[in-house]
Amino acid sequence: MHGTFEIGVPVWRRLWLHAVGIGVILFLIVPVFIIIPMSFSSSQYFEFPPKDFSLRWYESYFHSVEWMEATWVSLRVAFFTMLLATPLGIAAAYGLTFTRHRAVPMLRATVVAPMIIPVIIVAIGVFYLYARIGLVNTIFGLVLAHTVLAIPFVVIIVTAGLRRFDTALENAAMSLGANRFLAFVTVTLPSIRRSVFAAALIALITSLDEVVVALFISLGEKATLTRRMFASLRDQVDPTIAAISTLLICVSLVVVVFYSVQASRPKK
Amino acid sequence: MAAGTNIALLEASERAERRRFLALPMPALLLTAVICIVPVGILFWVSFVGPEGFTLENYTRILENPGYLKILRTTFSISITITILAILLGFPLAYYISTLPDRAAAICLGLVLVPFWTSLLVRTYAWLVLLQRQGLINDFFLWLGVIDEPMRLAYNRFGTTIGMLHIVLPFFVLPMFAAIKSLDRDWLRAAANLGASPVRAFWTVLVPLTIPGLVAGALLVFVYSLGFYVTPEILGGGRVTMVAMKVQQNATIYADWGAASSLALILLIITLAIFFGIERVLRRQRGGGN
Repeated sequence: MHGTFEIGVPVWRRLWLHAVGIGVILFLIVPVFIIIPMSFSSSQYFEFPPKDFSLRWYESYFHSVEWMEATWVSLRVAFFTMLLATPLGIAAAYGLTFTRHRAVPMLRATVVAPMIIPVIIVAIGVFYLYARIGLVNTIFGLVLAHTVLAIPFVVIIVTAGLRRFDTALENAAMSLGANRFLAFVTVTLPSIRRSVFAAALIALITSLDEVVVALFISLGEKATLTRRMFASLRDQVDPTIAAISTLLICVSLVVVVFYSVQASRPKK
Repeated sequence: MAAGTNIALLEASERAERRRFLALPMPALLLTAVICIVPVGILFWVSFVGPEGFTLENYTRILENPGYLKILRTTFSISITITILAILLGFPLAYYISTLPDRAAAICLGLVLVPFWTSLLVRTYAWLVLLQRQGLINDFFLWLGVIDEPMRLAYNRFGTTIGMLHIVLPFFVLPMFAAIKSLDRDWLRAAANLGASPVRAFWTVLVPLTIPGLVAGALLVFVYSLGFYVTPEILGGGRVTMVAMKVQQNATIYADWGAASSLALILLIITLAIFFGIERVLRRQRGGGN
């Protein structure tokens, strides 16, 4: 029943709404996509449209030891963050969703806190801690910090999945002889798998895109990709960043497409 | 008697199960506490400790030092500007998407999600490319002949505001869209049946009913803006200092933990107060919706 109440609105008013709506969407979209043609420009300076097509910025990215090192650090950290944050988040979401206890709201608030606390505060806290226990400039330290930042997203997404899940199914499996863990793995987990995939993906992206914490705790050889990009942007703008950004935009597009496909499938 | 024992056994096993359930969130909780909550707590403690024990020195400095006051003023005024702009751009967009047929609405939401999922750093970089002296916007206006020399768009407050607005806008549009969409359309039909013009129905029925969603979205944008670091650091070009940037400077450049953490604590208290406010608004909305 879309647009029922809009009937009778003068055409010029609808046009006005279209213009504003599309205008704001362009404001959101154009800056993201303008990077892509720029990354194929041969010029050192920003030109749009680019005069000559060239892959020189991609070459300079893939041939740079520093950028490759940083990319490798980021990919490893993001991968391990996903591996750690997803199960921890699922366990937390499951425990918090199916327990009646007066401590639950407090526990939930604690787990979700790193999402609410401004990231700069998390960053100085982590830096303060790591400087004392020698975890600055380590992959392990980055993974732990990024896991803490990713857990809230996993918990929220998986909780939403679990709330839609009919617990009677798990109970049925248990009445047929499965223990709670077996019932969870064979019945519950498959039926919330979309939430789990989404959560894992977000954990990966959270780590991959994270800048502020990495700024404090990763340097030199252990600098993440975004940390190096940030430093480069602050000092002098190198068009290689356009090439890297294009690759990161492609990652985002994959995520959005994944989400849209998931959302358009009928919910059970 | 046997029934009584059975009940007792069942209750005992239920209690054991409950304990097992409560153990499940513990690894995540423990990690979060050790890596995030406890160090932040210790830092806040540090902000009250001087060479001679307890001190409020770090806080009186913030209140007395005009430099700090200027940073707080800048942070608040940029955040308020962004919140107002997010409402002015985001509300029409959310409303617009809600009037579209399903397929078009899904595409538009997808387009809003693309920047939402794109790295904040990439988007900040994009605005640098657009706004800088030899950037695309200046080139375009020079080519049009509207201006004779490039305008100062980046490396100042203007650039910072635009860049941050672009980043926070989806945070306003998505919940706003959900709020408008969940609205009972019968109210609008009723208004139309009672003779209200569509414009009047919009302003007297739709807008008031979506105000809780609007307030919650606006507060979210505001609180998110307060803590910004990356975008003002790059697009501000050293001319804009926001609270988070000062926290970073105090911690890494001056290694002054007391100064860094006192400012961080103020930021955190404001943030938590606003989140508390958001929850109140949303709870009232849910309660009022029935």
